[in-house]
Formats: sequence, C-alpha cells, structure tokens
Amino acid sequence: MSSRFINWFKFSSPATFYPLAGKIAWVSTLIAVVLIAIGLYMSFFVAPTDYKQGEGYRIIFVHVPASWMSMFLYVVMAGWAALGLVFNTRLSAMMAQALAPTGAMFAFLSLWTGSFWGKPMWGTWWVWDARITSELILLFLYLGYMALRSAIDDPRRGDRASAILLLVGVVNVPIIYYSVKWWNTLHQGSTIKLNEESSMDDTMLLAMLIMTLGFWAYSIAIAMVRVRTIILERERSSKWVKQLIAGEN
Amino acid sequence: MPEALDMGKHALYVWGSFGATALFMIAEPLLLRARSRNIKKRIARMTRLDQEVNQ
Repeated sequence: MSSRFINWFKFSSPATFYPLAGKIAWVSTLIAVVLIAIGLYMSFFVAPTDYKQGEGYRIIFVHVPASWMSMFLYVVMAGWAALGLVFNTRLSAMMAQALAPTGAMFAFLSLWTGSFWGKPMWGTWWVWDARITSELILLFLYLGYMALRSAIDDPRRGDRASAILLLVGVVNVPIIYYSVKWWNTLHQGSTIKLNEESSMDDTMLLAMLIMTLGFWAYSIAIAMVRVRTIILERERSSKWVKQLIAGEN
Repeated sequence: MPEALDMGKHALYVWGSFGATALFMIAEPLLLRARSRNIKKRIARMTRLDQEVNQ
C-alpha cells in the first residue's frame, strides 16, 4: 500500500535533496532557455504593433512576467516558511532562502520596467499609485527578509524569525493584485482576467504567457542551484558534504 | 537592424526595459556560479586541513 505513495519526507533531508535539485536545475535551465528564446522572438517579430501605444507596449512582455513572478515567488516562499514552521524541516527554510534574491530581482525589474513604460505613456517615471506603491512594499519585504536572515547568527533561529516575517508579509500580495480594482489608480486594470475573456490580441497573449513560463523555469533553475549552495554552506561540517566535495575533486 | 527591432520613438524605453531584464537574468546565474565554486573550494580546503591535522 505505502509503496504507491512517494515518501516526500525522504526529500526533506538536504543530503537526499541535493542530487535531485541538481537534476531539476538542469532540466529547468533547458526549458527556460528554449521558452525565453521563443518568447523573445514572438515579442519582437510575431506580436503586432499596438494601435494605441505603438512599439512601446512591447515592454509588457517583460513587465507582466516579472511582476507575476515577484508576487508568485513570495507566496511560494511563504508556503515553504509555513511548512518549515509546522514540520520543523531545515530544507523548507533553505528553499525560502533560495528564492528570496530572485523574487527581489523580479520585484525590482517590475518597478524598473513599469517606470520605463510609465514615462512614455503617462508622462512620468514614478507615481505614488496603489499598485506601484504596494509593489515597492513587496520589494522592501524581500529585502527585509534577507536582511533579517543575515542578521541572526544561529541559522535555525533565523529560519523561524524570517518565516514569521514572510507569513505576515503575504497579506501584501492580494493587495497588489486587487489594487487596480479597489482604488482609482493610474495603473491600468488587469489585461488577463480569470472569469472574462482577455482584452488582448491572441499572439500578444501567447508571447506573454510563453515569457512567463520561461521566467518560471528560470526561477526554478536558479532556486535549485542556490539551494544546493545554501545546503553546502550550512552543512559544510557534515560528513556527507565533505565526502561529496572530495569525490568531485 | 531588422525592421521589427526598430522601436521608433520608444527605443529608449523598450531597450531600457529589455536590457535591464537581460542584464539581471544573466548576472544572477553568473554570481551564483561564483558563490557555488567558492563554497566548494572552501570545503575542499577544510577537508584537506582536517586530514593534515589528523595525520
């Protein structure tokens, strides 16, 4: 009976997860490279010029995927943090730690590309609008999480303290998502809606979705490589790490 | 330059966005590779030192 189920707890040990993470990283890198190449080609050569915004709208192909990833990665991190608190597994905290810099990068890129889009379309680089301000808070949450982690010397205490910060901060994600609905914002409403047809040309939509999947695969690949590095850093005194590195050299 | 890559008056904004994204998404894996190599070297050195002390 039990053989039909995968024993997920087996992989909660850093030693068993380390080789698996290496394999996932390779596959995800390959997928990311292929999808981003197709996505970029479609962004510039297939998607038509927008009737209102001209060529400037093409920023959407990096802006929307980066913004989605910044929110999504935060929720995933909070999920790992919750798992870590409930089951007291070291690897969960390491996973959250591995995602943080990439999430922060996407939050920054979301703001940067948004700013470069806002200037030609709205006439301003920055405005304290609900969507943009809540995204900035997300960036600060990422930075706060990383700062808190590195400020606590005992890794297990750092895991718990930063997990709580992550869980408290997750309230910001729906605020970002619904900000364009709840408040009058300069930022446009959602182009993709869950319960209605999207207001976008099909090839534009496809290019954007392919880029998003590419960014997704990129994030998985980076998180897997980073979690391996974190495992080595935190378990450097253990026998299996020493044997592993001795075997590689 | 192919016509499809001519962004007209929006060139600065489109390339400013794609350029920054490319820069970060290329720099991140490279920095990570350097970090990974560093820790592996450190562990190898620690193991060698341990062996020397034990001999």
